[in-house]
Amino acid sequence: MDFNTALTILIDGLEFSSYLFIVSVGLTLVFGVMKILNVAHANFYAWGAYMAAWLIGRWTNMGFSEGSTFLMIAVATIVVGLVLGYLVERCVLRYMYERDEVVTVLATFALFLILEDAILLIFGVDPYFADQPMFALGSIDIGGITRTVYGLTMIAVAIVVGIGLWLLLTKTTWGRLLIAVIHDREMSISMGINVKRVYIVTFILGAMLGALGGAYVAPTISVAPGFAVDVVVLSFAVVAIGGMGSIPGAIIGALIVGIARAIAVHNFPQVELFVVFAVMAIVLVFKPEGLFAPERSRKI
Amino acid sequence: MNSSRDWTVPGLTIGLIAAIILGMLVPDWVLSVITISFARALAVIGLLVLWRAGLVSFGHALYYGLGAYTVALLGKYWGVHDVMLLIPAALIVSTVCGFLLGFILRKYREIFFAMLSLAFSMILYGILVKTESLGSTDGFNVGAPTFFGFKFEDVQDNKIAFFSFLCVLGYIAALLVHYYLRSTLGHLTTAIRDNEIRVEYLGYSVAKAIHIKYTMSAALAGVAGACLALTLSQVDPDSMVNWTASGELVFVTILSGTGNVAAPFIGSMIFDLLRTYAFEWAPHAWQLIVGAFLLLIIFFLPGGVWSVIARIFGARRKL
Repeated sequence: MDFNTALTILIDGLEFSSYLFIVSVGLTLVFGVMKILNVAHANFYAWGAYMAAWLIGRWTNMGFSEGSTFLMIAVATIVVGLVLGYLVERCVLRYMYERDEVVTVLATFALFLILEDAILLIFGVDPYFADQPMFALGSIDIGGITRTVYGLTMIAVAIVVGIGLWLLLTKTTWGRLLIAVIHDREMSISMGINVKRVYIVTFILGAMLGALGGAYVAPTISVAPGFAVDVVVLSFAVVAIGGMGSIPGAIIGALIVGIARAIAVHNFPQVELFVVFAVMAIVLVFKPEGLFAPERSRKI
Repeated sequence: MNSSRDWTVPGLTIGLIAAIILGMLVPDWVLSVITISFARALAVIGLLVLWRAGLVSFGHALYYGLGAYTVALLGKYWGVHDVMLLIPAALIVSTVCGFLLGFILRKYREIFFAMLSLAFSMILYGILVKTESLGSTDGFNVGAPTFFGFKFEDVQDNKIAFFSFLCVLGYIAALLVHYYLRSTLGHLTTAIRDNEIRVEYLGYSVAKAIHIKYTMSAALAGVAGACLALTLSQVDPDSMVNWTASGELVFVTILSGTGNVAAPFIGSMIFDLLRTYAFEWAPHAWQLIVGAFLLLIIFFLPGGVWSVIARIFGARRKL
């Protein structure tokens, strides 16, 4: 393997890891705080992508420049996260907090089915293309290979998201409340923390992260029905490898999955999906709770 | 415990006879739908056993797929089309695989059990979609089944014969599971759900009990997959091995309710009727309808369809 191939694999892997991280960290945050494994998380991703693609199309038609389409990615993220996140939490999930964990998973599976078709009803079955932001930034030459700048900014966005979350959790009062709820929900309630509000805010934040992943990826792909189905299991693999509920785990998980997949795609394309889940199975066999699982107290 | 009589066995027997007679009378398309339902019900019985032990597998499509592809490959490469060879072959393949993976999975609970079983099923999916010789994403066709080397001239007759065969298979499976659940080992199922540590203190091995249940459910799902392949006359990874297929099985489990081994047959039929009509009424929104239905069940009927039936007949919940 020559240098150029290695570099391509590395950059491909990093770009893929970046958006996987953005999507998965939302999933892991929601699991850590609310103990809900949200199958419908992929719908936030899909809705973010559709909303962004649609908005970018409208925005350029209205005569604005290509560069300003980035604004639309942000708008799509916030709108989808706020509206869809709020609706899902208020209409369904808040009734599930007293139920079994696995029943809740099933409820989110039902939401997944509903939101998946709702996209078709609202946005139609035709694919959307919205590559204006990609053209706006052009491409760049790194060590002899040409890459789109847009792809590289994805890595930057992931880093910003990671640092932002770290600051939020460790430096703000709200973040400390969140950590308290993650560690012990009952104790937090007895200390006077409004856990229900923490839940809503966390879920909306998680939904926004899912939507951001989708909205940012939208310009690089054709946004077509059913493209989110694979993302569900890939982000599951990421959080399972890293440890459910752990943010450093999501970083490591995303890097492992992203780079393993990039290596497979370039060298053995026929084992692409296989590699990801084989890694997941191996990690789970040796570390059942994932690499960075937060400690759980044993209750008898 | 047995203050009211257990009507499961006579009920199943009447159901078997009624189903076989019905199979001869109903129109073509209804027969196909019911055959698919009953095939899936076999797998759901297995999930019912796991569910009672508090375990939910999000990866039973693995055995579904193994059973289906065993049948398909035997037909394609060795020209085997007889159900008397195909079903046992699928049974053996899925049982062995379930037994081996059981050594790992029996240590896992809750969400971790669901995740690891998901990973295993997605490994098979990953292999199938990328392997050209196994049909890749399109899958391939499966020939019509024969019975002890005998085949009906009329296609429809052959379908009826297969349906009757499936009914008998379902009857045997339901009875075996029913008697299993009434044995000492079976009674442990709910005990494990309630408190594992106490079961250990009683002197039983929880890991072993779960291993047996897991292997059982794998065997049932394998046979279900084999029957499904023979019914649909084709196999493909997306509808049989992908995680959505596993989700569908869990869906039918909760829809049916876990009160009785007969529930999966009823629940599975309701699911297929719902899906068929939803698809006809709104081709682009059938998943939406099915999903909304699932939510309604979770909210208002946590015991599944069986809880309604049990209430109507005033029967106490058995076991």
